[in-house]
Amino acid sequence: MLTKRIIACLDVDGGRVVKGVRFKNLRDAGDPAECATAHARSGADEIVLLDITATSGNRHTLLEVVRKAARPLFVPFTVGGGIRLLNDAAAVFDAGADKIAINSAAVRDPTLIGKIAGRFGSQAVVVAIDARKVNGGYEVFTAGGRVPTGRDVIRWAREAAVCGAGEILLTSMDRDGTQSGFDCELVREVAEAVSIPVIASGGAGSALDFIQVFREGCADAALAASIFHFGIESVAQLKHKLHHASVSVRWPC
Amino acid sequence: MIAIVDYGAGNLNSVKKAFDYLGADVVVTDQSQTVTAAAKIVLPGVGHFSSLRALNRSDLREVLLQAASAEKPFLGICLGMQWLFDGSEECNELAGAGIFPGKCREFPSWVKSPHVGWNSLTVLKGSRLLRGVAQDSFVYYTHSFHAPVLGATSAASEYGLRFTASVEQSNIFGVQFHPEKSGDVGLAILKNFCEV
Repeated sequence: MLTKRIIACLDVDGGRVVKGVRFKNLRDAGDPAECATAHARSGADEIVLLDITATSGNRHTLLEVVRKAARPLFVPFTVGGGIRLLNDAAAVFDAGADKIAINSAAVRDPTLIGKIAGRFGSQAVVVAIDARKVNGGYEVFTAGGRVPTGRDVIRWAREAAVCGAGEILLTSMDRDGTQSGFDCELVREVAEAVSIPVIASGGAGSALDFIQVFREGCADAALAASIFHFGIESVAQLKHKLHHASVSVRWPC
Repeated sequence: MIAIVDYGAGNLNSVKKAFDYLGADVVVTDQSQTVTAAAKIVLPGVGHFSSLRALNRSDLREVLLQAASAEKPFLGICLGMQWLFDGSEECNELAGAGIFPGKCREFPSWVKSPHVGWNSLTVLKGSRLLRGVAQDSFVYYTHSFHAPVLGATSAASEYGLRFTASVEQSNIFGVQFHPEKSGDVGLAILKNFCEV
């Protein structure tokens, strides 16, 4: 039986894992390679590493971080942040990523999705969407949540899937870092609109939040950062609880 | 030496990295002489079945078929496993190796496609590749087409229907899942391949 995936996310800034609230007030949370290995040992089904500043100056640092984190990882490893061109993606794959996540660049040029998928396969292309509730609908934001695009999240998710995305990583900006629960309504709308897997992100605070986003939000996977980094809940503790709540997860693993 | 065949389909780093971690002597190559000289062969691959056409553009297809019939241990991963069958409905005009009968097909319409994530293995028979792998172990998949279950199927998984997770016949092995991304279970499977 296909299980629901639990994904540990590392937001990286200048070579360190950080975590903020609603994309602001960043706190240090450790070394990326050490965090990635620890989460994988604890039972994370995947590791996502997002370079949240992604300025051109720190690309070299990022690739070194990816290389170091990838070496001992034998679960899927996704890297995002600052990927603007096919060559940027190629460098990240070369450093050891299995999938890349693209956000702003895909909104600017949706053909980038197909270009990367054409060379590395659709399974390697995750389109990340940062969504915020605006006037009863959900709007796509880019540039780390700073720039409103005027685009509707559901329509963009459908378009990304048609362009060749393998998965959608859907972050609720309203819930990010708040630990107040996933936005199940947002996740469900997108999950029902596309046939590719949807990863719910933003708001994880407890095992109950995961149960809700799998049952009510119809998410295929759920991603969290804060609760894992700051020791509120290890991946192993979370999976143990989900298993006992009859959510199908890779457990024991 | 183990040769990982590079025919331009996707990213082979993770497969090499896993064999490196196990201490195996492994090279990534697109050269038929290197493949011929290798003791074992790994044919990886992700993406569309048509990307296997690259094997026909060089003499790699013939070299791989010769190696397979010469009883050299051969492991197909994902698309590399699908190549061992007659073909795939993903690209009807391209023939597979035909070592196993049947064509790869799409999943039924009532399940999401692609099939992405960790699914459990039902081990169906004794297998050299799956030696020590417990019943219901989890492995990582990412694919849109699946191979039929047949006599040579050593393990199956369920997703809308039952499909071949791993196949094995004398020196020929294939896995639809990604052992290089399947944690300790996957590493144990690759270690078994190193030791066959």
